[in-house]
Amino acid sequence: MQIAKFLRGVVLTLLAAALLTGCDTVVMSPSGDIAMQQRDLLVWATILMLLVIVPVIVLTLWFAWRYRETNEDATYAPEWTHSTVLELVIWSVPLLIIIALGAMTWVGTHKLDPYRPLDRIDAQTPVPADLEPLTVEVVALDWKWLFIYPEQGIATVNELAAPVDHPIRFKITASTMMNSFFIPALAGQIYAMAGMETKLHGVINEPGVYKGFSANYSGAGYSHMKFDFHGLSEADFDAWVAKVKASDLSLDRDTYLELEVPSAKVPVMLYADVDPTLYHGILNRCVAPGTVCMEDMMYHSGMGQHGGHHGEAEAGHEGQDHHEGSHASHGEHGGHHD
Amino acid sequence: MFESLDLTKLIFGRLTWDAIPFHDPIILATFAVVAVGGVAMLAAITRYKLWGYLWNEWFTTIDHKKIGIMYIILGLVMLLRGFADAIMMRLQQALAFGDSAGYLPPDHYDQIFTAHGVIMIFFVAMPLVTGIMNYLIPLQIGTRDVAFPFLNNFSFWMTTAGAVLMMMSLFIGEFAKTGWLAYPPLSGILQSPGVGVDYYIWSLQIAGVGTLLSGVNLLVTIVKMRAPGMSLMKMPVFTWTSLCTNVLIVAAFPVLTAVLAMLSMDRYLDTAFFTNDLGGNAMMYVNLIWIWGHPEVYILILPVFGIFSEIVATYSRKPLFGYTSMVYATVVITVLSYLVWLHHFFTMGSGASVNSFFGITTMIISIPTGAKIFNWLFTMFRGRIKFDVPMLWTVGFMVTFVIGGMTGVLLAVPPVDFVLHNSLFLIAHFHNVIIGGVLFGLFAGITYWFPKATGFKLDEFWGKISFWFWLIGFYFAFMPLYVLGLMGVTRRVSHFEDQSLQIWFQIAAFGAVLIAVGIAAFLIQLVVSFKRREALKDETGDPWDGRTLEWSTSSPPPPYNFAFTPRVHDLDAWWQMKQHGFQRPESGFIPIHMPKGTWAGIVLSGISVVVGFALIWHMWLLAGVSFVALIGTAIYHTFNYDRDYYIPAEEVERIEAERTRVLANV
Repeated sequence: MQIAKFLRGVVLTLLAAALLTGCDTVVMSPSGDIAMQQRDLLVWATILMLLVIVPVIVLTLWFAWRYRETNEDATYAPEWTHSTVLELVIWSVPLLIIIALGAMTWVGTHKLDPYRPLDRIDAQTPVPADLEPLTVEVVALDWKWLFIYPEQGIATVNELAAPVDHPIRFKITASTMMNSFFIPALAGQIYAMAGMETKLHGVINEPGVYKGFSANYSGAGYSHMKFDFHGLSEADFDAWVAKVKASDLSLDRDTYLELEVPSAKVPVMLYADVDPTLYHGILNRCVAPGTVCMEDMMYHSGMGQHGGHHGEAEAGHEGQDHHEGSHASHGEHGGHHD
Repeated sequence: MFESLDLTKLIFGRLTWDAIPFHDPIILATFAVVAVGGVAMLAAITRYKLWGYLWNEWFTTIDHKKIGIMYIILGLVMLLRGFADAIMMRLQQALAFGDSAGYLPPDHYDQIFTAHGVIMIFFVAMPLVTGIMNYLIPLQIGTRDVAFPFLNNFSFWMTTAGAVLMMMSLFIGEFAKTGWLAYPPLSGILQSPGVGVDYYIWSLQIAGVGTLLSGVNLLVTIVKMRAPGMSLMKMPVFTWTSLCTNVLIVAAFPVLTAVLAMLSMDRYLDTAFFTNDLGGNAMMYVNLIWIWGHPEVYILILPVFGIFSEIVATYSRKPLFGYTSMVYATVVITVLSYLVWLHHFFTMGSGASVNSFFGITTMIISIPTGAKIFNWLFTMFRGRIKFDVPMLWTVGFMVTFVIGGMTGVLLAVPPVDFVLHNSLFLIAHFHNVIIGGVLFGLFAGITYWFPKATGFKLDEFWGKISFWFWLIGFYFAFMPLYVLGLMGVTRRVSHFEDQSLQIWFQIAAFGAVLIAVGIAAFLIQLVVSFKRREALKDETGDPWDGRTLEWSTSSPPPPYNFAFTPRVHDLDAWWQMKQHGFQRPESGFIPIHMPKGTWAGIVLSGISVVVGFALIWHMWLLAGVSFVALIGTAIYHTFNYDRDYYIPAEEVERIEAERTRVLANV
């Protein structure tokens, strides 16, 4: 008797506490459209499952109480072990819920695929036809974040900014360790891996400063691999870009190689100017002079066979058609090989 | 000069005095305690002249019951180490806010969470599950031992060798700082040049030999050695779930062996399977390790489902509801457990269709699992439930596990996983199912079968204290982590800036303290029960009015388990025998053929520790010599033809007559 009551008490109190505070958290009340849709899916999936979880918990406690040894009033059916109707119910109720959840999953996963360009800014607003997304190239270094803005020609370390209600296209890679690029208020995370590029699309709908960090443990400096993400109005964003451009630092291959050396708790750094081929070099692991770019290595080793490497996360470049281009750009990378 | 340098290298490899962590007071204090305790224990064994007894009756035994008990002791000892790591992590995270760096530098903290995961999965949960299977399967299927008795002893000692190597890392060198699955590139030689990852690799490889062989052994035992009449659909549910688990072990562990072998080749031989450069790909490692890793969680949970099935039927005084659907549910889970591994890395950039596929297969597993929960529920329905400690664990499990199941299905929805992956929500989820499922089940099972193994029951009072502290402690320790996960807090962080999170970590630390009380109560329970063993004595061999064959023997069972091989006519064979007024045969005994103990298991395991240690420290000379010794000893053992003996009929008759006398007095 005490068992049942106590159990119920503990569970309900904790659930209530979790729910109350849970609603207030960044995952449950994000500020970006993608994260909001992910939140909605979380809520619906939870409700759908509670349809069966709550009755199971209640029945467990009820049966435990009702059929306790000392309760002589309860029916005792010592030989009852089978009921076709009940078996049908206990297999089909979870089945129905999973069918519903599976359908939601299929649709939701495709709609919220991080590789898919956005088609809406928020629930009411589709992306205007003439609005190009802002491209940010993200490099997870040990243990800090490098953000390159190829369109603006600037770069930053441990600070990210984007205009509100403007789709952002992240291209993500890493120098060595496997990290995960995550701004909970904006959108779900995606891994950052060396020699590979992953993608993420998102949009921030409210101005503010949000937390970003690595969500995948990557060694000693991991705990401090954090950055601020600024959601700014278009005007403020332009001002921010101008501020970065006013910096007296610039990022070329040599400064990158210094930056790449593992370090933790790195302060924000702004680069007024960035080598336009740097990201390509990082992705293909050929920033250091004298190293062969991965795509070229693959092109040559792939020649004899069928060529090309189609991973889920694309290695180097998106496909075969890029090899022409990479050949053309050979000299400038300083690559030399057979 | 150069020659002597090379000689030092050849003999000692990388090992120098610097490898001993003199600078770390925590480790030094631990070492002092372990050393004092160890010396005291060795002195006590010598003082009471127990060496011969331990060697003859335990270390060299091939009796599956004693090996099972040794597995369980190993698991419980390692639980203390794993839990010490847990409480250190909880303390660090409760303290390390803002200006306070906590008391552990990242270097040490990172080793602790890695060790915690490795120990809890490989050296706590696995030995406990294997131990219970080892003890029970032959008894439940009415046979005298496992199919390969020597292999069983060898498997146990190899698992122990892995554990010993893992423990050595605490005092000599360091352990991996990579997380419990040691993903490259972090675990590669460039990023982790120290011995930590090598300790990880070799302790798991050596223990893995034991696990795989034990899987083969138990699988063959169940398939080939069931008592006459016990067709597959008349097997006890625990035996069924064990069968499926051992199928999973045999199919999954070679993948772990292979992936760790490739990682060690990357580290030792400069290959490039998982490197960033030269065409290596770390994603391949992640795929392979989870192709082992996901079945692994079902390897742990399935036998425990079997334990609950036995307990819920016994204490509800009813046969299990829906035996057939329970069996099919188990088989479906076994198959599906191979089709879900990718859900551990939805965020690695797989396409939407691949992610959806693996998300949905994961959800489908919840259907048979849900059916199991309902089957236990309807076993309780219209029963007469006796709330002994094992049944408390069972009800605690049913309520707790469904919450963990629900959060697990949430994480299986890829877009939801994108925001919760690697967060403390995930940590809460898998502790919810591993503590609320596996651990609760193991405690239930240990309590339930304890009188069978020892001849006396466990003390009820301390059992209940332990249960309530574990249960409440679990909720305090892990519900805050769900909340923190929703706040976007990730795992493996050793320091936080945001002060508002601190209260949640403090609640979690409080929960860990409650669990510590639960563990202490369990240990007190063992001592108290041992002291009160006369009062708690079970002479019937069937203290709970059980249903399966293990309860038909004495407690503890004689070395040969059954004087005559039982004949099985129905499910719940022992229950059915009792219903039909079964009479124990009291004459006509014949000599019983039994396997004989051997030194080979413990010796081979000891040499394996040396091989592993030498490889870790690059002591090539020692590695070569000890490897040759290992192979040589194994070959030498094959010439040992003195492997069996007969228990004379008079001896059997004497034991059985004694049992008849005891039963008459009950």
